[in-house]
Amino acid sequence: MTRESVDQIFVSAKRWLLSLLPDAPDWVIQIASSLINIAAVLGAFMMLFALISVLERKILARIQNRYGPNRVGPFGLFQPVADGIKLLIKEDIVPIRADKIIHFIAPIMIAATAILALGVIPYGRNMTPFSIDGGILFFFAVGSTTELGVFMAGWGSNNKFSMLGAMRAIAQMVSYELPLIITVLPVIMIVGSLSADAIVAAQEGYVLAGIVPRWFVFTPWGLAAFILFFVSGLVESNRTPFDVPEGESEIVAGHMTEYSGFKYANFFLAEYFGMFAVSGLAVTLFLGGWHAPLSVLQFIPSYIWFFAKLAVLLFVFIWIRGTLPRMRVDHVMGFAWKFMLPMAFTCIIAAAVWHYQRHGLAGWLWSLGVVSIIYLGLSRLVETKKKFAPRTYRFAE
Amino acid sequence: MSPTLSLFLIISAALFSIGLLAALSRRHAIFILIGIELMLAAANLNFIAFWRFGPQPQSPTGVMVAIFSIAIAAAEAAVGLALVIAVYRHYRTTSVDKLDQLKG
Amino acid sequence: MSTAAFTVIAILTLAGALAAASLPKLIHAALCLVIAFVGIAAFFFLLGAEFVGLVQVFVYVGAVAVLIVFTILLTRRADEKTGGFNWGGVVIAIAVFAGLIWAILQTPSLSLPAPLIEALTVKRIGEVLMTDYIWPLQCVGLLLTAALIGGLILVMEEKP
Repeated sequence: MTRESVDQIFVSAKRWLLSLLPDAPDWVIQIASSLINIAAVLGAFMMLFALISVLERKILARIQNRYGPNRVGPFGLFQPVADGIKLLIKEDIVPIRADKIIHFIAPIMIAATAILALGVIPYGRNMTPFSIDGGILFFFAVGSTTELGVFMAGWGSNNKFSMLGAMRAIAQMVSYELPLIITVLPVIMIVGSLSADAIVAAQEGYVLAGIVPRWFVFTPWGLAAFILFFVSGLVESNRTPFDVPEGESEIVAGHMTEYSGFKYANFFLAEYFGMFAVSGLAVTLFLGGWHAPLSVLQFIPSYIWFFAKLAVLLFVFIWIRGTLPRMRVDHVMGFAWKFMLPMAFTCIIAAAVWHYQRHGLAGWLWSLGVVSIIYLGLSRLVETKKKFAPRTYRFAE
Repeated sequence: MSPTLSLFLIISAALFSIGLLAALSRRHAIFILIGIELMLAAANLNFIAFWRFGPQPQSPTGVMVAIFSIAIAAAEAAVGLALVIAVYRHYRTTSVDKLDQLKG
Repeated sequence: MSTAAFTVIAILTLAGALAAASLPKLIHAALCLVIAFVGIAAFFFLLGAEFVGLVQVFVYVGAVAVLIVFTILLTRRADEKTGGFNWGGVVIAIAVFAGLIWAILQTPSLSLPAPLIEALTVKRIGEVLMTDYIWPLQCVGLLLTAALIGGLILVMEEKP
């Protein structure tokens, strides 16, 4: 088993499966190839979803100084099976005056758009499920369709709290879509292509004798853009500290209030798949995709590196959830429009400066200067303390 | 047998007339906006169909016009819907039959 | 280009558009409009203009449709009667459709199959946008800024 054959083991398996239908017409081969890709992606990410749902509870528990679920199976790792059975056998309650079609389609639409976004991420060498020319644009296009599904969930429940929760969720998602997309622009500008494969290919190679890889996160604009992208991804998936739409102490469960049983499981599937998609895109754009971090470690297969980096990012998601409290919703909006958007534009300018200094040390220092000056200026200027008016009391007469 | 240009044009004409139907025969202001958006999308489809089947498909003129048209349609939808909200705040109605005075 | 794909997408789009034009409840009509937009994006993919198809999904479904449903939400009344149907509009629409179909079927050069072209990459679109179409790009930017400011001013509540 040479290094390349282990690396390409899934590609060879798919080729072997396709060779089982020898002389079918062209469109049958295309459809079969797409179905195999879809089955592989869904299978891998369903396993990851089950694993993450129990790992999240255990990691949160350890942060809070207790054990997590540890009864079902060794170290509690079969907990997803128990959760799945519980959610599947629950009664499916639909409110009488709810709009039945919209109430039914909403969780399907949210889950479907989250899964669609996973189709353009390269998981290994030659392992992108659907490699299209405008891959990143496709990712953001289906990501912005999620808002419609959230609205349908809130509307279809015929419940004022659901509607309020849906409005808050959509306002948050729309506000943070701008920083999410604009922080990706420097990478696209430097690489010159919207295709995810091209972006990963532009990050190969090592500087300084095989120690520092050429990932974009090791440039000043790349680091700033990565942090901004990560924070916007936190918001887009409605995770703490930005989980006002699903905060249990505030608005029951927001747009998911009237859903029970398997539809609720669908919402959680959609949230975790959104996390996977955003982390996968962050790995692709900034952390070098499936490239190894040191040139001596290149014998390890590419998909192992991708999933290792994905696991690190997911751990950071869970870590932040266990550590930070929830932000107030007007602070969330102010943060997006007053801080993140100007910083995102600064990343574009810094990337242009770096590019025109021909990627050398001078360019690194110049772009570091640009990012730092704007960051310091913004952090002084953005008001984070609201001035409180004197309290007025209104008594019932 | 692959579809010819006339088939695409028939589909786009059908979409345009459905949009016209929505814009002319409903009284709610938002329905009229839905009809206008459908008409704009049908015109875009027309442009792209002519670009594809036309004599010089390597010049991206049709695609450019369609991209700018999508941007302008988005701007127009935003302003139109802002107008509908402003009118609703003032008159508490969205039926265009009731908006028949020039003085507010 | 396959005829099967074309037929399926055509049926989907026309059904969505008809539903959007004729359903009595506004929210259902807006959601069927989304189906029509996705169908038109699928047509763009079929015709080889993938970038425009993606921009269509992004802008129309992700922005315009969300705007429409938000406005429906904000201008709701408890006693919602969506008003009568004006049958004169149907007559005019059918007349326009008939006229367009007659014009299309009269032209013989429209029955040729599609020529084979090389795919239009995003890189080429970017180059053309920055060289030949720089003035329209700036004008559209100005227009979008004006629409943004205008929309904000229209719905801003006046300070009491």
